[in-house]
Amino acid sequence: MHVTAEAVSRRFNRRPVFADVSFTVSPGEVFGIVGRNGSGKSTLLRIVGGLLSPSSGTMRYSLNGTDVEGEKLHRHIGYVAPYLVLYEEFSAAENLALYARIRGRRLPDGAIEALLERVGLPTDRTDPIRAFSSGMKQRMRLLFAILHEPPLLLLDEPISNLDVDGMTVVYDIVEEYRRRGAVIIATNDAEDIARCDRTFRVEGHL
Amino acid sequence: MLRQAFAIFAKDLASELRTRYAINALLMFVVVTLAVIMFSLVGETLSSGALTGMLWVVMFFAAMSGLSRSFVAEEERGTTMTLQLLATPMAVYLGKLLFNLLLVVALNVFIVLLFLLTMDQFTVLQPDLFWTVMLLGSLGIAAATAIIAAIIARANTKGTLFPVLSFPVLLPLLMAGISATKIAVEEPVWDNAWPELQMLASYIVVVTTVSFLLFDFVWKD
Repeated sequence: MHVTAEAVSRRFNRRPVFADVSFTVSPGEVFGIVGRNGSGKSTLLRIVGGLLSPSSGTMRYSLNGTDVEGEKLHRHIGYVAPYLVLYEEFSAAENLALYARIRGRRLPDGAIEALLERVGLPTDRTDPIRAFSSGMKQRMRLLFAILHEPPLLLLDEPISNLDVDGMTVVYDIVEEYRRRGAVIIATNDAEDIARCDRTFRVEGHL
Repeated sequence: MLRQAFAIFAKDLASELRTRYAINALLMFVVVTLAVIMFSLVGETLSSGALTGMLWVVMFFAAMSGLSRSFVAEEERGTTMTLQLLATPMAVYLGKLLFNLLLVVALNVFIVLLFLLTMDQFTVLQPDLFWTVMLLGSLGIAAATAIIAAIIARANTKGTLFPVLSFPVLLPLLMAGISATKIAVEEPVWDNAWPELQMLASYIVVVTTVSFLLFDFVWKD
């Protein structure tokens, strides 16, 4: 998926977060967004994900030469962030079945167990995910992002709360989605940055 | 979009049956309110008009105590962003509207049955007209409260804002609903209620259409 940001600015009320941000991301690329705390990395990633509108400037997306419009964007994006909250009253399997149902995907028998195993989560737990540790919740967020096999993966601090095994899972997924489409990572972690082909520094107004 | 909307509706229903946030609050409100009315009216004789007004007051405030949950719960749990990433705004609105509709119809049927059981003086001459008005009233309340709940979900004072914003929006529906219910209770002729029924139907169409147009702006930042 091609992503193009053209002179994107964002302000909250009168406070500017960043101004005139432009970049392009091409298929097969892992693109890093870096910057100091409070510089607007997460805000920029939310704008790329269509969750926030830019105050000025435009975001454009194209998939196989066809423009992707705003309303259809969520079908083509997988998003992971520490502030993404899943439905904690449901079990892991129920959450995955729910996401598949809403996204209109039919999961074959054993698919949920395979997904859980892929990120190192137990397949036999039926308790609500509110009982999960923060690292296990982060693994659930990864599944939320990749369940529909999107061509664009947006990762905000993807290894936060994860142990070494969890970090390996994240980087395996990053490599897979580099081949499948494109990955954008908002991070300051040196391990994450090492996986990026290019980085863009956000010079936000603190 | 319909498939997405039904999946969101099913999710809300499963979540509500598991957590019982809205159901418990609504049932407690209805039972306590009707009990207070019943005890305070012992030995009193009220006109059917006054009893009709009382029925709609209970229905209005019961709706105010629970119907904002559909959107407020997403905001309080922090799952609004999750839903934004999963579905189109239209599917979210339709799913929430269906959930509010189910909740308000079930709630109003419960209120009316309890009201008929506890208020001996309240008799209905035209049950078919009466239940038609109840159904249209429920549809209107569900349509109006769904969009208002979406608007107030991110406000700090959502508990206060919901009834304050809902009252003026629901006023035309309440006036037509009370008038049509009075006719169903007091008069044996259906035709007298046509203007009110037309008003209720128009209200539902207008509010639902405006909500569909507005929701995209309300749902995004």
